[in-house]
Amino acid sequence: MRIFDPHIHMSSRTTDDYEAMHTAGVRALVEPAFWLGQPRTSVGSFLDYFDSLIGWEPFRAAQFGVRHHCTIALNPKEANDSRCAEVLAELPRYLPKDGVVAVGEVGYDSMTPEEDEAFAAQLQLAVTHDLPVLVHTPHRDKAAGVDRTLAVVKESGLAPERVVVDHLNEVTVRQVAGTGCWMGFSIYPDTKMDERRMVAVLREFGTERILVNSAADWGRSDPLKTRKTGDAMLAAGFTDDEVDAVLWRNPVAFYGQSGKLELDDPGEGGGATFEGNSVLRGVRAEV
Amino acid sequence: MSMTPDRLRAALAGRMTAQGSAWLAGACASTAADPDTVRSLFPPAGRRCGRGPLDPADPHGWTVDDAARALLLTALPLTGGRLLDEIGGLYRTGDAAERRAVLRALPLLPVGDGALPLVRDALRTNDTRLISAALGDYATAHLDAEAYRQAVLKCVFTGIPLAAVPGLPAREDAELARMMGAFARERAAAGRGTPDDIAPILARFPEAAGDQGPATVPTSATEPRREA
Repeated sequence: MRIFDPHIHMSSRTTDDYEAMHTAGVRALVEPAFWLGQPRTSVGSFLDYFDSLIGWEPFRAAQFGVRHHCTIALNPKEANDSRCAEVLAELPRYLPKDGVVAVGEVGYDSMTPEEDEAFAAQLQLAVTHDLPVLVHTPHRDKAAGVDRTLAVVKESGLAPERVVVDHLNEVTVRQVAGTGCWMGFSIYPDTKMDERRMVAVLREFGTERILVNSAADWGRSDPLKTRKTGDAMLAAGFTDDEVDAVLWRNPVAFYGQSGKLELDDPGEGGGATFEGNSVLRGVRAEV
Repeated sequence: MSMTPDRLRAALAGRMTAQGSAWLAGACASTAADPDTVRSLFPPAGRRCGRGPLDPADPHGWTVDDAARALLLTALPLTGGRLLDEIGGLYRTGDAAERRAVLRALPLLPVGDGALPLVRDALRTNDTRLISAALGDYATAHLDAEAYRQAVLKCVFTGIPLAAVPGLPAREDAELARMMGAFARERAAAGRGTPDDIAPILARFPEAAGDQGPATVPTSATEPRREA
């Protein structure tokens, strides 16, 4: 089973996770920029974080045979702090980078005027830089948040197929299904969605324009939820081809709209391990 | 053999598509006419020109995107402090591939020892791509002995083959051999192997390297295979 996790925060995960993910079939992923649990207070801490997403973390991932890409944005929660909102001016220099395959996570947390402003401005950056967009939907008052999200996306002029609306569930998927936007589902140990519920959604809505992710981060989460969803699909009678569509071809099609996906083995020439394992002396860099 | 812009151009000729070559020629002309444009041309150079090894026979060497970006830098119509400011900005705002290209290009640029802060920044990382690029001809010519020795030891520590450090024959000394010998003894005490390629340095300075020369130090060839 080949797996592309379209939303996972690897900076918060261990090398054991990378090893387990590779064993489970994960060969590529996208790490969206988001908040760190501890709120940031300055633009500088955003820039160091962004630099890590286009520097150290892809290097770390490559050592475990995983292709790492990222999305860059001011997240909705921190858009509410004026000290952080200034980072919007810095985004244009990150969006052209090779590893940046979308603008995200943008969207709403508490649906404030500040969030409105940052969301709309970043949708325009996606238009300017010809990138797809990863949209976070609020965990509280989600249905209203999804409606408002869809209205703002429509107003932006972005083609709906360039947008994934993430963290959907059985209720909110109905609001997105007819819009042409992609539908993202985060499979969590005990919140958001689980594998069994995801299989039910796939039965009802099919596999088209659906992305399944683990959204694993520093909270209680499981980086192998993509694989577990694939296993649950097979157990429920879905074919290998349908699993491959959901776990590989769909995220490749969505983020491939950036024109910047790199899906060859990172250990091959030009990759981030030291030009391939053959010259790595069989010993991993001590990080 | 040290790298020159002409050698880069010759090597690139066989490694780029016609579109890539045309893009690079245009990008160099734009940069020569208006240095600020390099800031928007630097990030997409790999997507436009390619990313594989420049010389397939040299796995430690330049990549196609390194060479393309280096030519962009040599096209900058700047000198002195303004050149340093521009390449420093490109390094600081660059992703890992852009930073690697700036480091590789340093010996081609008239910057004296002014770019050493970039070399030191790269040597502080644990990214083997940056460490090895930082230890090229520029570091051979300008980096002080203490920092150079620490950097070579870091290569051994992070798994960078010493064949990727071109200045080593000129810069190795008894103190480096002492550090390598101590490293080898520490590894031996832990029951771990040491890379074969430190043996020549230990052999060249046997007194500094200490009692446990290469003959008594287990190497990666004799160490039991690690589980993959």
